[in-house]
Amino acid sequence: MAGPENTEQSAIREEHRRYWRTNLRILAVLLTIWFAVSCGLGIFFVESLNTIHFMGFPLGFWFAQQGAIYVFIVLILIYALLMDREDRQFHVEEGAQADDVEKDA
Amino acid sequence: MDPTKLWTFVIVGITFAMYIWIAVVTRARTTGGFYVAGHNVPAIFNGMATGADWMSAASFISMAGLISFMGYDGCVYLMGWTGGYVLLALLLAPYLRKFGKFTVPDFVGDRYYSNTARLVAVFCAIFVSFTYVAGQMRGVGVVFSRFLGVGVDYGVVIGTVIVFFYATLGGMKGITWTQVSQYVVLIFAFLIPAFAISHQLTGNPIPQIGFGSTLVEGPHAGETLLRALDQINTDLGLPEYTAAFVKGKKSMIDVFAIAFALMVGTAGLPHVIIRFYTVPTVRAARWSAFWALLFIGALYTTAPAVGAFARVNLIQTLHGQPYETRPEWVKKWEDTGLIVYKDTNGNGLIDGVVRSTETDPAKEMKVDVDIMVLANPEIAKLPPWVVALVAAGGLAAALSTAAGLLLVISSAISHDLMKRVVKPDMTDVEELFFARVAAGLAVIAAGLLGIFPPGFVGQVVAFAFGLAASSFFPVIVLGIFSKRTTKEGAIAGMLSGIGFTTAYIVYFKFIVDQQYNNADHWLLGISPEGIGTVGMLVNFAVTLGVTAFTPPPPQDVQETVEMIRYPREEQHPEKAAGI
Repeated sequence: MAGPENTEQSAIREEHRRYWRTNLRILAVLLTIWFAVSCGLGIFFVESLNTIHFMGFPLGFWFAQQGAIYVFIVLILIYALLMDREDRQFHVEEGAQADDVEKDA
Repeated sequence: MDPTKLWTFVIVGITFAMYIWIAVVTRARTTGGFYVAGHNVPAIFNGMATGADWMSAASFISMAGLISFMGYDGCVYLMGWTGGYVLLALLLAPYLRKFGKFTVPDFVGDRYYSNTARLVAVFCAIFVSFTYVAGQMRGVGVVFSRFLGVGVDYGVVIGTVIVFFYATLGGMKGITWTQVSQYVVLIFAFLIPAFAISHQLTGNPIPQIGFGSTLVEGPHAGETLLRALDQINTDLGLPEYTAAFVKGKKSMIDVFAIAFALMVGTAGLPHVIIRFYTVPTVRAARWSAFWALLFIGALYTTAPAVGAFARVNLIQTLHGQPYETRPEWVKKWEDTGLIVYKDTNGNGLIDGVVRSTETDPAKEMKVDVDIMVLANPEIAKLPPWVVALVAAGGLAAALSTAAGLLLVISSAISHDLMKRVVKPDMTDVEELFFARVAAGLAVIAAGLLGIFPPGFVGQVVAFAFGLAASSFFPVIVLGIFSKRTTKEGAIAGMLSGIGFTTAYIVYFKFIVDQQYNNADHWLLGISPEGIGTVGMLVNFAVTLGVTAFTPPPPQDVQETVEMIRYPREEQHPEKAAGI
């Protein structure tokens, strides 16, 4: 792989590698929360959470039938926002060629 | 004619006219338009279309009723059918959109450089979609027969004609915009009665809050809704509504396995995945996943509240009351056979109100889960136009899902089979013709399945999710996140995943005596509904194992995988040009 590439190409490659690593980190964090809330709070720990009451709900039951869904929606929102930022930071966003040309000039 | 029926004719008529008008205006002229709406649908509208595509007759008509009889266990559907969108948004949608093209078998076939892999994918896509579509056409028939007084079979025929018209004419473009309008119809139809009933029972019109509020009338006035339900269940000799894993409910491992199989299966269903091919950019794919789950969540967070309200209403109105003075709506549903009463102890009272699947003769009234949503406005004595709106909503939910599924079937045949394997030199015009013919035949086949439902439709829905979980999800995820995964690995993985899942479901549903279909005989206590979770693990393990012993994929495939990881198009212009 490390052939006679010019520096511009290898800079892009390095940027891509960093973008992908950042992406994987974001995925790991968000999917951990996804699993912990749905399967953790909604299923594995539901019995002990049900001893706590919250706005008229046993808390575990609330997570299983309401809370998990709200968390899913928020997780995708955070993902979309974070990736918008990462795309720009690592210069892989779509439809921005014109901006780049200006900057490079 | 009674006002309810008149209103139903008017509202259903208006919505159907609207769907046809949209189809005519947006009809497709190219294969790109037919398969993926020209990659041209804005994120928020794709979110709505995905919502309608996803929420089927089962979500709209059956789910709240199911939950009302399951209590806590209903969470498998609520989390299972929403949590998959997180997987879809984070692991699949953006990359598949970048890959471009038209179908799921397109990705499997190209990424695994193999027509064998493509054909396995075609088979899975068609099987999963047909399983699913039969139930939709039946749902259309049920709504017609109850609300418009036409036979179930005529109802199926009318639904088939409508779908035939807009699916063959409009393709994905027509389907997308009708789905957007169908989402609007179905969400209003679901929420308006829910608001009214929440207000009646708890004084709070927001169902998600009313769910936790105090009842304002009836014998349980002053108690919270859920405490009253726990009490009602205890009085009936049933486990408490909110209790988990107690006797008479599912075990922890089974709840986990079912919820997980439904989540992964959702993310692997082709008719959901292809919706993300229709947006213009990778960024739009991520955002439309957000919009989709937001729009879906509006129904899914309301449904468990509706189920709880319906249960309180149903038991308080019927249990222990004299049969002779039963309300009018009970008589109407008795006519359709969805409520059955047998006075086994001869005292003239309704003793016990249970799901129609229960066989205990001492429980005298058997109620089909489907009526809980459909009868809700009548139980709550809402005006006739609300009843009519619910009928139109049920039809919108069933038709929109059917159309999305039929498109998967038609594109699997015309594009993946004909164009990519049998006759690669077809012109665009020829392929479009094949796509329309295939869509037409698929609609007719679906209609026939609706009129002559194979007895096992209910049994095989678990199949659709189990198969999607154990076939597509692992190979697509590995195809994106591991360049090294080989065609041998993917084919072996898909076949062993499907093979294992199919064998397990067929064994317990069709081969053994049903008395052995229980936790004592299941593998690790996992029911056939949840076995897709294990099938998925089998697929992952076999794919990775075989990959380790086979030569890595060709360089150009590895470059494609590299390419789909970055949103920007121009990094690999030679690849982009081919798409």
